[in-house]
Amino acid sequence: MTSRIFGSGIRRREDPRLITGGATYTDDVQLPGMLYAAMLRSPHAHAKINSIDTSAAKAAPGVVGVYTGADTDGVLNPIPCAWIPPESDVKAVAHPALAIGVARYQGDAVAVVVAENRYQAEDALELINVDYEPLPAVTSPYEAMQPGAPQLHEDAPNNQAFHWVAEGGDTDAAFAAADVIVKDTILQQRLIPTAMEPRSAVANWTPAMGELTLWSTSQNPHICRFLASLITGVAEHKIRVIATEVGGGFGSKLAVYPDEMITSFCSMQLGRPVKWTATRSEGFQTTTHGRDHVEHVEMASTQDGKITSIRTVIYAGMGAYLSTAAPGVPTVLHGLIYSGPYDIGALRADVYGVFNNATPVDAYRGAGRPEATFLIERLIDLLAVELDTDPVELRRKNLIPKFEDGHDIPTVFTYDSGDYEPLLDKVLAHVDYPALRQEQVRLREQGSYMGIGVTTYTEVCGFGPSQVAGAVGFGGGLWESAVVRFHPTGKVNVYTGASPHGQGEETTFAQIIADELGVDVDDVNVLHGDTSNTPMGWGTYGSRTTVVGGAALALAARKVKEKARLLAAHLLEAAEADVEYEDGKFFVKGSPDQSKSIQEMATMANVAWNMPEGMEPGLEASAFYDPPNLVFPFGTHVAVVDVDKDNGHIVLRRYVAGDDCGPQINPMIVEGQVHGGVVQGAGQTLWEGAVYDGSGQLLTGSMTDYALPRAHMLPQIETLSTVTPSPHNPLGVKGIGETGAIASTATIYNAVLDALRPLGVTHLDMPLTPEKVWQAIRQGQGS
Amino acid sequence: MFATEFEYTKANSVSEAIQLLGSNEGAKILAGGHSLLPMMKLRLARPPMVIDIGGIEEMGGISVENGTLRIGALTTHAEIADSHVVKDNAGILWEAAYGIGDPQVRNRGTIGGNIAHADPASDLPTVLTVMDATFTIQGQGGITRRGSRTVSADEFFTGPFETVLGENEILTAIEMPVLAANQHAEYAKMAHPATSFAVVGAGVVVTVDNGVCTGARVAVGGLTPKPTRGPSVEAALNGIELTADNIAAATALIDGDLGSDILGDVFASGEYRRAMAAIELKHAIFHATGLAHHN
Repeated sequence: MTSRIFGSGIRRREDPRLITGGATYTDDVQLPGMLYAAMLRSPHAHAKINSIDTSAAKAAPGVVGVYTGADTDGVLNPIPCAWIPPESDVKAVAHPALAIGVARYQGDAVAVVVAENRYQAEDALELINVDYEPLPAVTSPYEAMQPGAPQLHEDAPNNQAFHWVAEGGDTDAAFAAADVIVKDTILQQRLIPTAMEPRSAVANWTPAMGELTLWSTSQNPHICRFLASLITGVAEHKIRVIATEVGGGFGSKLAVYPDEMITSFCSMQLGRPVKWTATRSEGFQTTTHGRDHVEHVEMASTQDGKITSIRTVIYAGMGAYLSTAAPGVPTVLHGLIYSGPYDIGALRADVYGVFNNATPVDAYRGAGRPEATFLIERLIDLLAVELDTDPVELRRKNLIPKFEDGHDIPTVFTYDSGDYEPLLDKVLAHVDYPALRQEQVRLREQGSYMGIGVTTYTEVCGFGPSQVAGAVGFGGGLWESAVVRFHPTGKVNVYTGASPHGQGEETTFAQIIADELGVDVDDVNVLHGDTSNTPMGWGTYGSRTTVVGGAALALAARKVKEKARLLAAHLLEAAEADVEYEDGKFFVKGSPDQSKSIQEMATMANVAWNMPEGMEPGLEASAFYDPPNLVFPFGTHVAVVDVDKDNGHIVLRRYVAGDDCGPQINPMIVEGQVHGGVVQGAGQTLWEGAVYDGSGQLLTGSMTDYALPRAHMLPQIETLSTVTPSPHNPLGVKGIGETGAIASTATIYNAVLDALRPLGVTHLDMPLTPEKVWQAIRQGQGS
Repeated sequence: MFATEFEYTKANSVSEAIQLLGSNEGAKILAGGHSLLPMMKLRLARPPMVIDIGGIEEMGGISVENGTLRIGALTTHAEIADSHVVKDNAGILWEAAYGIGDPQVRNRGTIGGNIAHADPASDLPTVLTVMDATFTIQGQGGITRRGSRTVSADEFFTGPFETVLGENEILTAIEMPVLAANQHAEYAKMAHPATSFAVVGAGVVVTVDNGVCTGARVAVGGLTPKPTRGPSVEAALNGIELTADNIAAATALIDGDLGSDILGDVFASGEYRRAMAAIELKHAIFHATGLAHHN
């Protein structure tokens, strides 16, 4: 082999089956004797449940079981929250799988019907008679903490789920000494993650074996198994979770949900397999939402534009219950990273987690980091206006200078490596920033309003290390493991504990292995997502799969290669120290014609006819990798928008994403990840937002009201990159799954507000619908 | 998304369909299924029987005769979007059909089904209203003696999801005068970002002789319960030179034609939609007359 497959934009091997209907998703699973479950959900956002009469439903055709909270209580343990940030007084209120006595959000499951087919189950739902006593509801996280607000949980006075404060440096002193202070109140509106595949579960309890097999739309089957064991009481080694094909998650398939556990309960009650699949509108009501912050934010600066501090007070809506990782999102993933790529000496986050009568929130692409980036970048643009300086030059002035092996920020993190200015310059040159500013001036003179947004960001991802996970209250480890196994024919299976669900790691992991072992990429098969045949892993989220799981694979491959080298030395009758490796071959130093291929070693190790003294047969290895630090990708994004002042329409004319994620294993896949992230971030700025009415009814309850970005709404996204390896990662790689979403929401927002500045508009709440823009222009112009 | 139990029947002729309608209370007509089936899946409609008229040949076809374009009610949006006859004689409809949904929706959805459903946010009711279309309706003989009747688009729509169609009647064909060489028609809309349905849709047909408007029909939809003609705008356009300023002044009069019943949702309030009606009308006339987009 002369060229590395690592770094090549080869096509995704998973695509043929995914785009031709050849993949078996959870809803495609058909088992003999399978039953179908349907959930009865509370139509009220908050209601006392006086009684539930299921007798008519139980007698309906095809119905084999109807259960309520009274049946699951004491059998299913409450759904746990697995991230309890320390010193924040978290009220981990009980979350019953089926509501007991009170429903706390619209969509809270109240009963389940199991029938021979789904139609019968849905018909029987209509026969259940629930006596609800509606209670007042509150959905705004800020209003939920005000005196007199409806109370969700007795154990959580004032609806306070937790209060978490983090400070690095002396923010009070910085603000006291500041020449300039800028402030804003930011609404990080509630978003509804919408993966192409709805959530689904197939549970198969086999009484004779005492085993539960659960097909689940999960981003982390091993965590799902662990939590399912806690909830169902079935021992962990008797549970098999299968999530080999998952149609997108974006964080929303990270949580362990009531529905999957209810489905398991039903199968255990009935001794037959049970399937449940969410309808789209059911998903909108029950699959975790994202964001939902009300933020009071401020930035301190010197007169010459040296930023000295950022501090915030955040009201973070949690929804009615604490989802699996929810408390970690506005705290650890958000409140510790306000310095971004800038050298800022003092940071403070004061975060209230708040219960509200809404769908529980959890991680959503970027998870805390888009919110942090947004407030930093918004404050800098406001500061640039206040100081009457160019926002790009203001950013440049505050960027952390190049560092190759560690930079401490005022909070807990040490950035691994960064070289911010070259990528900033590259992006600015690509868009010809001065020319854009000149065009903006020219267009304004003609009465047209164009805006430019520029973001520089640093991301925090690739979670672990596990020690950090423990310190921040994450209820698990954050390492990954892998097995690399050579078969006698020289073909390779690798098993990863990570759980790709659309990101393309079957391809990129094969590229890593092909390079490490010197084998053809097509000779490597990547297996994942089934707890019965993959090693332990903590899941795919937080842009950690390649960074941690890929590194574990590389380490396992290196062990395999070393064993093969020792075997080759034995067979070549050479001293171990004299045998070298190149391009899939082992040879005696100085005698390249005397060589053994790694495939030959696979054969010889598997037949084991002639092994060195003490060497075990077989050619495989496992590795466990716990990263010593997180990774910190960075970049510069630019958005150019045109705003029509007559109707408030925004056209995203141009979007340029410059991202540095270190060496790129597959540049095509990196580009795809950036595109997807940018589009999701654009969705937040321009179109998406969950809207509840005063009684807690979800008004954006389906795709007819909740606007997702579509291809025709977006320009061709231009991508650029630089390569700054992580010094501590075995592959040098950093994460790329979330950078687009982390940067683009702020970039596009700032571009729009830049366009509107001459019209007197200084603030808008997202999403920036035409009507909001139109109204703001009218108010800005005093009409 | 699971319908209640229903009986499925296939009708082989219009008369058989009407007979089935008459003898099965609550039965619904199924054409392309793109309006009825979603309602059934949401259990908002629970017909005990659906009568599939999809295979009735006499209800298809596109033809032009004596200056009239005739389109069978079962003609799909895709067939309209693929039709040179429609493109040449009613380009506004051709373009609107192409803008409906996605290929799957266009391949199944029919013009008749769309019209009979009378969704106020749909494009075709507004387009057909401004094109002065007439709808052929067939019903039962017998007591009502309604064999066949023809209703203008202005009369056909009576409210949101409401039309003059009687319980035992079927819309079988749509007819409209073909556009003359000096007539220009356009449809402009502000689309809902979630669905591409019209938040405000505006259709115009202007007759232009030597730069002067010698006749105009305008209609708006999306914001009103049914397509709404703009008589004030039509009167103001008639006889004026089609300059940008004149057009803007004339289209601003649409406000007075809208009435007080304006629809709104979380995306766009009634107040905003009302203000946008004139802007979309202006865009439509600019496009129809070859004037540059605004400014």
